[in-house]
Amino acid sequence: MSLSGTFKDLTSKPARAISGVGERIGEMPTVSRWSLIALFIVSMYLMPWWPEVPVLGWLVDTPGTSFEGVITDKVVIYVLVALGLNVVVGLAGLLDLGYVGFYAVGAYTVGVLSSQHANLPWLVCVPIAVLVSMAAGVILGTPTLRLRGDYLAIVTLGFGEIIRISANNAEWLGGSRGISKIAKPPNIGPLKFGILDAKPYFFLGLTFIIVVVFLLRRLENSRVGRAWNAVREDEDAAELMGVNTFKFKLWAFAIGAAIGGLAGTLYAGKVRFINPSNFPLQLSILFLAAVVLGGTGNMWGAILGGAVVAWMPERFRGFADKRVFVFGVALVLVMVFRPQGLIPRKIRKERWLVNWKPPESTPQSGEAEVGRG
Amino acid sequence: MSDWLIYRTFLDLTVTGLALGAIYALVALGYTLVYGVLRLINFAHSEIFMVGTFATLITATNFIGIPLLEEGNYPYRTGFTLVAILLACIVGGMVVSGAGAVLLERVAYRPLRGSGEHVGAVVLAFTTAFTVSLVFSETTRTNVIIGLIGTAPIAVLYLRIFRRGRQAPRLAFLISAIGASTAIAEAVAIWSPRDREQYQTARVLEKKVLFEFLGTDVRIDYVLVVIGALLMMTALVLFVNRTRLGRGVRAVAQDVETAKILGVNVDFVILITFLLGGVMAGAAAMMFTLVYDQTRFNIGFLLGVKSFTAAVLGGIGNLRGALLGGFVLGLGENYGAAIFGGEWKDVIAFILLLVVLMFRPTGILGESLAKARV
Repeated sequence: MSLSGTFKDLTSKPARAISGVGERIGEMPTVSRWSLIALFIVSMYLMPWWPEVPVLGWLVDTPGTSFEGVITDKVVIYVLVALGLNVVVGLAGLLDLGYVGFYAVGAYTVGVLSSQHANLPWLVCVPIAVLVSMAAGVILGTPTLRLRGDYLAIVTLGFGEIIRISANNAEWLGGSRGISKIAKPPNIGPLKFGILDAKPYFFLGLTFIIVVVFLLRRLENSRVGRAWNAVREDEDAAELMGVNTFKFKLWAFAIGAAIGGLAGTLYAGKVRFINPSNFPLQLSILFLAAVVLGGTGNMWGAILGGAVVAWMPERFRGFADKRVFVFGVALVLVMVFRPQGLIPRKIRKERWLVNWKPPESTPQSGEAEVGRG
Repeated sequence: MSDWLIYRTFLDLTVTGLALGAIYALVALGYTLVYGVLRLINFAHSEIFMVGTFATLITATNFIGIPLLEEGNYPYRTGFTLVAILLACIVGGMVVSGAGAVLLERVAYRPLRGSGEHVGAVVLAFTTAFTVSLVFSETTRTNVIIGLIGTAPIAVLYLRIFRRGRQAPRLAFLISAIGASTAIAEAVAIWSPRDREQYQTARVLEKKVLFEFLGTDVRIDYVLVVIGALLMMTALVLFVNRTRLGRGVRAVAQDVETAKILGVNVDFVILITFLLGGVMAGAAAMMFTLVYDQTRFNIGFLLGVKSFTAAVLGGIGNLRGALLGGFVLGLGENYGAAIFGGEWKDVIAFILLLVVLMFRPTGILGESLAKARV
């Protein structure tokens, strides 16, 4: 049944069009490919000026709030979080409903180290916070990754809630008042991180995203990525084939947590004041919605999903208090009509099957095709 | 003396914990039923419960005309009137929640299963047109009119798309559920008369002490809630185990494909499953308002999470597990809150879940809606 399903998906028009873009870029000569990628990255760095472009500006601008603020405070952070959660949910296939916990761990580590109990600079806090979040991922993962599917979901959900309530009740972490006066990122040349100009934060966040995307791409195409694929598609079969499923699941958790923590440090450095109510359970669900909306398991999907989920409620401020309602309806509609997400994952199996020719007709080329797939 | 005090507190906590647990258990039944049949966390079930509390509120105040709680002056009723009002309220909650659950299934889940049909298409089309019209108009009446005008053409379009009929991945169901849950809660928050504020519900039952048990006062509402939950539960188990439709439910829970081949109308069975879950949530909603005298658009979320925890605790997909999980969670939370402080209540609930799952990875009683013994 799933096989016929995948065939149908591949032949549906939008899916073909989008997967076509990736393929065409992949088939380009190296020079033009890289210049295209460079162009894309440059246009991303120019995002704060997008509202001034004629048609695009009307599309993306957020009436009522500053566009710069939206992309630095929300879009960049959501995209980073979605990338991290995509590792856990999309690549390794582990349903995590408490991802906000890691995000909070990252933010709180920066808070504690740079304001509450020490005076370390932001840049020193970041690697520590990432490591601490990673450790949190391992600590949560070790006892719980034996559980499967929805049991894991509810336990992770509990974890997110435990983190928030603990932060709320522990005076050591500032209690419900939270932590203020958190260190900001250091000035780099002309980039002054202050309250007047949001752009430097955006550039910093975008740089984080690019680095993370680069690392994740390497990871996805490595042995680890293939192991995640195997675990996601069939855990028992993967185990039988000699994949140490527990180890790779734990890795997925740890890496996902680290990226979540990184997003948290960025958030703490930007707003410079955090309290437990910044990390509600609903945020976890919003993050998950971002990943699935964009296309589970596809990095570009996660990026798009994160950006859309962060930006959409701001774009439609015209709806005032109705925007959350609109968001809910939109989620249902997208899932009903595009259940694979906005940019579905390309599954290698599909391409392999489509390109595959019976070996009787052309044995050599047929074999080559199989090998390539 | 202090020992005696601890003992009394313990008994007090047991009584309130059992009442809370009964509500958890009833809501958990809805999660467990749907999970057993569809392997789906019905995230929007919590909002079905929330809608149920509003339904009991409306039944009591608008249809029966009971004034709301006033200062020190409760509109108490006694005897036959009281029973009639309580029954009307519970029926109101059950009907609305049941209908809501069925509608939810048709709108947010069935199209994803690849068998979307006209009811889902029409409701979805209306919602779409209505939502789009929010861009142009502030007045709700205009929105509704635009929604109604847009319904027919959009529904036709949706039906055509539905006809493609493919099964969505599992996560899509979850996100659709989350979307529906958000939309329902927000719709209540936006279009109910007092917006996002808390509502007091009519308190017709005088909460006097029914009897003393080993020196602990047992209030009548607690007794009613626990007995009511047990009755509903028994009825549900009998339905699933003894009736023809119940057998269908079990068959689909075991193996959808085989059930289909053997002539079970799978879509209908799924509808019944949602209906049963909704009815249970409606009953729970009425009991909730009976004990706590209040409701709000966002009460569903946390209670839903807890109830789902209860369902997992007892063994999801297992009806008796839901009951046991509800009571264990209600009691555990209450005792834990007394020992560690009320602010740790939710943490205790989740740690309890973690500990149980460490030793029993499929819950206390294990998963078993499929098996003959439920």
